[in-house]
Amino acid sequence: MSGPSTYTPKSGIERWLDARLPLPRLMHDTMQTFPTPRNLNIWYTFGGILAFCLAVQIITGVVLAMHYVANAGMAFDSVENIMRDVNYGWLMRYVHANGASMFFLAVYIHMFRGLYYGSYKAPRELIWIIGVLIYLLMMATAFFGYVLPWGQMSFWGATVITNLFSAIPVVGTHIATWLWGDFAVGDATLNRFFSLHYLLPFIIAAVVGLHIWALHVPGNNNPLGIDVKSPQDTVPFHPYYTVKDAFYLVCFVILFALFVFYAPNFFGNPDNYQQANPLVTPPDIVPEWYLLPFYAMLRSIPNKLLGVIVMGGAIVTLVFIPWLDTSRVRSCRFRPLMKQFFWAFAVACVLLGFCGSQSVDAARFGIPLVWVARVASIYYYAFFWLIMPIVGLIETPKKLPASIAQSVLGDAAATPAE
Amino acid sequence: MRLTTLTLGLAFGLLASTSAFAVDTTRLAPKDEKFSFEGPFGTYDRGSLQRGYQVYKEVCAACHAVNHLAFHHLAEPGGPEFTEAQVRALAAAAKLPAEPNDKGETTDDKGTPLMRSATVADHLPAPFPNENAARANNGGALPPDLSMIVKAREGGPQYVYSILTGFHMKTPDGFKVTDGKYFNPYFEGWNISMPPPLAANSVTYSDGTKATVEQEAHDVVTFLAWASEPKMEERKQLGFGVMVFLIGLAGILFAAYRKIWKDKH
Repeated sequence: MSGPSTYTPKSGIERWLDARLPLPRLMHDTMQTFPTPRNLNIWYTFGGILAFCLAVQIITGVVLAMHYVANAGMAFDSVENIMRDVNYGWLMRYVHANGASMFFLAVYIHMFRGLYYGSYKAPRELIWIIGVLIYLLMMATAFFGYVLPWGQMSFWGATVITNLFSAIPVVGTHIATWLWGDFAVGDATLNRFFSLHYLLPFIIAAVVGLHIWALHVPGNNNPLGIDVKSPQDTVPFHPYYTVKDAFYLVCFVILFALFVFYAPNFFGNPDNYQQANPLVTPPDIVPEWYLLPFYAMLRSIPNKLLGVIVMGGAIVTLVFIPWLDTSRVRSCRFRPLMKQFFWAFAVACVLLGFCGSQSVDAARFGIPLVWVARVASIYYYAFFWLIMPIVGLIETPKKLPASIAQSVLGDAAATPAE
Repeated sequence: MRLTTLTLGLAFGLLASTSAFAVDTTRLAPKDEKFSFEGPFGTYDRGSLQRGYQVYKEVCAACHAVNHLAFHHLAEPGGPEFTEAQVRALAAAAKLPAEPNDKGETTDDKGTPLMRSATVADHLPAPFPNENAARANNGGALPPDLSMIVKAREGGPQYVYSILTGFHMKTPDGFKVTDGKYFNPYFEGWNISMPPPLAANSVTYSDGTKATVEQEAHDVVTFLAWASEPKMEERKQLGFGVMVFLIGLAGILFAAYRKIWKDKH
């Protein structure tokens, strides 16, 4: 995708194609010879895992759409029909439903890895920002998808989330009505959500293309966070990273399969096996686990509009990270102070998720969870807007290794032989 | 002092006798009943499924529908596995409203709706034609559809089993059962609209199994668990093959990974 190409067409057909549409050249340069830092660890395999997740969701989703009926009166029954009477329909649906959770699990690991090793820093700002856009699209797609089975949690989740727009002053209720296509969540809403749920994954696929393109310009960051300096620092993508990615992908698929085959409703909510009923509100409306931290932020603020702003701001904040981090060193390996704040941030996110999963008035050890969520929300914002800029200025980073090769192979081996 | 004690005593007595809010009516944790279909290799007990269908049909079906079950499901592998002849007979015995006849009529001369026998492709008939009819016949309460009751309740099979066997317990002091409701501490709020559905010998099992309340509950919960998750056996079987394959593949890939990277780190 960038840099000098090392491809030489070997046959007549390849020469013919190369002069017209150099697809083999593209594949060769990006997936075969692409120089990749030799020190990438397990956390760098999640990019490939995420591409796999997207493909699985699209394939199973297309099959499910062949049997699903986007109609408020028939959607719930059509899903049960898939589960009972469509050949391997249960497999398609359980892979798709658990696939969403596995997709988010992988994307969170991918994002925390980027944060820890400073992968968002120059010259990779756009990779990060495009990534945030993918994450946002994923959340929208997952939300639309969760509405489709038209169970109780589908309906009430959709009601709660779309109602957030009504918090916008003056035009809020009009926006909500426009989104619903009605005066409440109903058949019109279900139909448009299905349409969007089918559309967005292809937009995600396109943006993933940009993400990978942007990655192939500067190349991978690495756990040391230092630039590639010589060919000694890299290995060709194939076979070194194809085999490594494949191994870790299969390990990930084993976890995936454990849920699909042995605990397929682990991430689900029992209420969603009851058909949507606008007259009966479930005692606790809980979103899927991957949205819980933001849900906790929303609920911890008594004012609805302010809650929506804080929740939205938490995601918008991510866009500015490349410029909020003032450190000259990328990787937290060499940032003793930032490393501690990073882990505290990870704990804050998990705490927020936990608070979001409990009822509003719950308490632990005598502490109301709403206050835990408030403190964690404040830390979330402080981490990006105060700690990142300040720590980058006051911290003394540890000494960086001279090169990737030296760090991996030791001093002697890293000295060029020729 | 004595006056204070008296007042306090009176106050407590009043609270205890008149107010249901004094008692925490959070549902009890479900009983720890064991089922054959639990665990990664668990399968449905075929005899229990067939007996459970009998309990459903002879007891539960008076009020509860299983809308997602068709007669042919009863013959499919992984379910009660009645023979095809048995299922045909079961279907033929069930009556459904008939489609319009040649003259376009759905009732006979006297206005009685025309009925037809069910086929194996039909879903099990519901006890009531609509929600209003169901409520009118059940003191305003709606008996839920049981097709997915085991998946649709926190606690799953243990929860449903506990509800079915949780009647006839001594009402705690200070708790008064609402008129027209029944006491069941495994149900949230402790007041349940369903009268105790099972009694000893509610059904007569043809295989000689003794029909205690616990046995009937165990059997019908097994049946309802299958109704919720009819492809469970197929899922676990396929899952085992998939796991063996994936672990083998991971082993091969790990060997390849180690070999290729041998001198690179």
